[in-house]
Amino acid sequence: MAQETVEIPISGKIVGVNIKVGDAVKEGEVLCILESMKMENPIVAPLDGSITRVGVTIEQMVKPGDIVAVIEF
Amino acid sequence: MFGLFETGFQFFYWGNLLMLLIGGGLIYLGVAKKMEPLLLVPIGFGIMLVNLPMGGLMDYELPLTNDTGVPANVISIDVDRTSRLSEGDAIITLDSGEVEAPVYGRLKKVMVAPGEKVAPGKVMAVMITSAQTPLPTEPVGLLSRIFQYGIMWQIIPPLIFLCLGALTDFGPMLANPKTLLLGGAAQFGVYFAFFAALGSGFFNIQEAASVGIIGGAEGPTTIYVTSILAPHLIGATAVACYSYMALVPIIQPPIIRLLTTKKERAIYMKPQVREVSIHEKIIFPVIASVVIILFVPMAAPLVGMFMVGNLFAISGVTERLWKTATTVLIDTLTILLTLAIGGTMAAENFLSPKTLIVLALGVVAFATATAAGVLMAKLLNVFSKDKINPMIGAAGVSAVPMAARVVQAMGQKENPRNFLLMHAMGPNVAGAIGAAIAGGIFMGMLS
Repeated sequence: MAQETVEIPISGKIVGVNIKVGDAVKEGEVLCILESMKMENPIVAPLDGSITRVGVTIEQMVKPGDIVAVIEF
Repeated sequence: MFGLFETGFQFFYWGNLLMLLIGGGLIYLGVAKKMEPLLLVPIGFGIMLVNLPMGGLMDYELPLTNDTGVPANVISIDVDRTSRLSEGDAIITLDSGEVEAPVYGRLKKVMVAPGEKVAPGKVMAVMITSAQTPLPTEPVGLLSRIFQYGIMWQIIPPLIFLCLGALTDFGPMLANPKTLLLGGAAQFGVYFAFFAALGSGFFNIQEAASVGIIGGAEGPTTIYVTSILAPHLIGATAVACYSYMALVPIIQPPIIRLLTTKKERAIYMKPQVREVSIHEKIIFPVIASVVIILFVPMAAPLVGMFMVGNLFAISGVTERLWKTATTVLIDTLTILLTLAIGGTMAAENFLSPKTLIVLALGVVAFATATAAGVLMAKLLNVFSKDKINPMIGAAGVSAVPMAARVVQAMGQKENPRNFLLMHAMGPNVAGAIGAAIAGGIFMGMLS
């Protein structure tokens, strides 16, 4: 099966993680919340699939390119 | 001194009741709907305070002198301290004619009596008003003093700009300088609303400029420009500006959708923009100040303060100043500014057809600014190989950071891979500077 890696787009802090390994997600579903520039920004699934890896934890400081999740589809 | 005479009821009228409801409505929007609560709650409360007659918070004293140039005899005193005065009401009858109230208010004291001879220039009576007028008034209330010495002396709005500069990151704009054009294009809304106001026939040219600057979507800029060009409109322009900034998520999306195709809205932009070095970030506010102020000197108080605040944030050696500017200083200034702005909205001041037209033209200003930003982005795409998502043009309206958030949310909805926030912050910040420059141009030409 193909895999898609979702990456962090801008530096910030993870303030919410909505997924765990094995979860099925739909396109547009919120994977985690990234606080950046004093705003809470949802990071969403780009496609339907199931989570095979979660790369972020709550309160974690992240930078662009860090892995949010890997989705198998 | 005691009893019913000293209560506010005798001066309370339907206008005050309506303004109490408007003030209460703003507090409700702030508290229950979380719409700009840091602004709408104090503005709403300020409105309520100034519409409780005799409270005196926004009072100005206005001496009425014998300005006939010759000695005059007092025939009669036509009103007393219990009368509510409208502009043009006769107060004292002299043998040479009537002395009329030059503005709404009430009488504080009369210093002459019928039959008395009054020398030229002598003060005959003192009025109390809450109007902002060019007349020689003296502020005597808490909020009128804050308004006079904080806003009319142009101290608070530029200092708030310093704090906003300290909160601003020019990184996204410097990473992609094309976005400066989008911030500039959105200022079209300012000029469109200016000409619309002028063409309506309800406003003189200074008032029209104050209405137009609402389209800059920057509260302190709007207040600063209005305080210089048309202080009597300051309540209406400030409320229009702050309210529409809060309503950006409602005003902008339909306009963006109207001017773009689904395919354009889904244009993907790589999230990582160029890394901007700290040297670039330090040099930018210094060079930008020199260039902008040389071209538009009247923008100096706003642009200069904005840039020095930004330098505090990024110099790496002024952390204490940056911390103060972004916490206690901005909060203190916001309290003073918003209460005083609320205080300008006495019923007699605010409830006029002009206010409604200001509010209507304010929406026009925001809408045309949004449209101009989007259309400029589409124009750039005609000439550019790397297509930009035209929605980021809408963030040129300023309203930092709400407009950028709208673009981010819409972009993600159209294409879940898209993350436009950083791209939208560029025009967003450029729009704030553009608004200050547009205000400076107005002030340079009209003050």
